[in-house]
Amino acid sequence: MTVHSPSLARAIETGDLTELPSRRDEAWRWTDLRGLLRALPPKSAATDESFAGPFDKLKASNLDIVNGGGGAIAVPAGEHEIWRVVFGANAEAGTHLNTLEVDVAEGASLLLLETYLGDDTAYVADTAVAIRLARGANIERLVVSEDGAGAVSVSIATVSLAADSRFAQTVMTTGARRQRLETRIAHPGAGAMVRMDGVYLLAGQRHADITTVVDHTGPGGDTDQMIKGVVSDQARGVFQGRIVVAHGADQTNAKMKHDALVLSDQAEVDAKPELEIYADDVSCTHGNTIGALDQEAMFYAAQRGIPEDAARAMLTRAFVETVVDRIENAAAREVERGWIAARLGVAP
Amino acid sequence: MLSIHNLSVSVAGNPILNGLTLDIPAGEVHAIMGPNGAGKSTLSYALAGRPGYEVTGGTATLNGEDLLALNASQRAAKGVFLSFQYPTEIPGVPALTFLRTALNAQHRARGEPEVAAPAFLKLVRAKAAELKIEFEMLKRGLNVGFSGGEKKRMEIMQMSVLSPKLAILDETDSGLDIDALRIVSEGVNAMRSPDRAMLVITHYQRLLDYIRPDRVHVLSAGKIVASGGPELALDLEREGYDRYARAA
Repeated sequence: MTVHSPSLARAIETGDLTELPSRRDEAWRWTDLRGLLRALPPKSAATDESFAGPFDKLKASNLDIVNGGGGAIAVPAGEHEIWRVVFGANAEAGTHLNTLEVDVAEGASLLLLETYLGDDTAYVADTAVAIRLARGANIERLVVSEDGAGAVSVSIATVSLAADSRFAQTVMTTGARRQRLETRIAHPGAGAMVRMDGVYLLAGQRHADITTVVDHTGPGGDTDQMIKGVVSDQARGVFQGRIVVAHGADQTNAKMKHDALVLSDQAEVDAKPELEIYADDVSCTHGNTIGALDQEAMFYAAQRGIPEDAARAMLTRAFVETVVDRIENAAAREVERGWIAARLGVAP
Repeated sequence: MLSIHNLSVSVAGNPILNGLTLDIPAGEVHAIMGPNGAGKSTLSYALAGRPGYEVTGGTATLNGEDLLALNASQRAAKGVFLSFQYPTEIPGVPALTFLRTALNAQHRARGEPEVAAPAFLKLVRAKAAELKIEFEMLKRGLNVGFSGGEKKRMEIMQMSVLSPKLAILDETDSGLDIDALRIVSEGVNAMRSPDRAMLVITHYQRLLDYIRPDRVHVLSAGKIVASGGPELALDLEREGYDRYARAA
C-alpha cells in the first residue's frame, strides 16, 4: 500500500483539487493550499521575458525558466561551475510547473544561485528540484525568493548525497501569499556534510514555510542548520525541521537551530523542530526561540539618538546577519548582505 | 541649562520620585548622592525618556525646551546623554557601526550634515586612544564580552563623540578598579565645558575625588533633601545617609 501524500504538482497535472495539501495533512497543517485555492488559474502562457535578479552582477552561466518549464545542469567530474537559475513568473502567469535537474559528478563543485522572481499577480507555481551529488562533490545552493504577494508557490528540492560530499544551502525569502520552500535530504553519513540555513523576512500578509527533512541512514554524517525569521504586520512564518537518524547511523553529528523575531501582535510563527533518533552514539541538539526585540537594546539605541524604526532595522539585521556570515562564496555573501539590508531599509 | 521642577515619576504604578526640583546651570557639574532605592536611577531614566517611567507631575526642560514632550531619541538629539550603569550588550552590531548610526541620526534630527566615514574614523580613533580603548574592540559587537571597565570607558567614548549638552553619569564608578576609575574620570573631566551641564549620580564619595562637583545634592525618598558644596559629599561619607533617610 502506498501512503497518499498530497502534492500541488499532482493537483496541477491532474486538475484534481483534492490532491492539494490541506490542513488535515500533518506535514502541511500550517500551509493549507486546499482551503486557499478554490480553483487553479489557467495554464501560464509561454514568454521569453527575462528578469532582473539579485545575483545578476556575478559571473555565471544562466538558465531562465519563466512561466514553467524545465532545465538541467550537469557538472563534470573535477570541474567547478557557477550557475544562475531564475524561476520567473510574469503577468501572463497562471498555473505552471518548473523542474530542475542538477548532477554534480565526483569531486566537482557547483555554486547554484537559484532565484524565484514574480510579479504581484495571483500565479500558482510548483517547482521540483532534484539534486544529486557524487562522491566528494560539493554544492553551495543559495536560494533567494522574491515571489509576489499574490502568489502561491511551492518549491521542493530533493537532494541525495554520496560519501564525502558536501551540500550547503542558504534560503532567503520574503514569502508570498502562501509559500513553501522544502528541502529533503538523503544523507548517507560516510563523511558527507550538510549545512541548511535560511532567513525569512515577512511583512504584510505574507506567508513562508521553510520545511526541511534530513534522513541520516549511515554512520559518520554531519548536519548543521541555522534558520532565522522575522515577521511583522500580519505575516506568518513556519519552520518545520526534521532530522531522522536511523538505527546504525552512529557518530552522526546534527545541530538544528531556529530563532524567530515577532515584531507585531498580529504576526505569527509556528515552529516544529523534530529529532528522531534511532541510533545510540550520536550528538544531536536542537534549539528553538520565538520572541520580541530586546527592549533594553531598543532603549539604549534610542538614548544614543537612533530613532525607533532605524533601531529596529539595525537590531533585526544583526539578528539575521549570523546566517549570512555562514555563506561560503564571498561575492555571493555580499550580494545576500545587500539584499537583506535593502529589505530592512538599512545601509549595506 | 537643565531645569527640573517638582518632578514626580512612577514606575509600574509605584511613585519613585516625589516632587524633585533641581537646576544645573551651563558649565557646572552637579552630583546626586543617595542611598539605594532613593530614586537615583529613576531620575536618570526619566530624564532620558525610558518607556515605563511615567511622569505624573512637574517639568523638566533643557535650555527652555520641554524634554518630557519628546521621546528618547529626540531627547538625545537635543543633547541628552545618559551613561548607563549597566551598558547594554548589542550582539552583531559593531561599536563603530552603532556609534556612527547614532551620530548621524542626531545630526539628521538637528538638520546638520552627516559625518563622512573618514572624518568619523579619525574622530573615534583619537577618542579611543584617550580612553585607552583598543581600536579593534570597536569592530566587535557593542559591549559584547567587554569587562565592566571596558563598558564604562566605551560609554564615555560615546559621550565624547556625541558631545552632548547634558551628560548624566549613572553610577559610572560602579565596577571600576582604581585605574579604570582614573581613566574614566579624566575622560569626563576633559568634557567639562562652559556650554555643557553634567549630572553625576553616585552612591559613593570616591568618584567625586576624581570628578570635582560644583554642587552636591542628597536624594532621599524621591526628592532632594539637602544641597551644598563638595564638602557635603565628605560629610555623607563620614556620617552616612541615615539622618536624611529619617528626614525624608
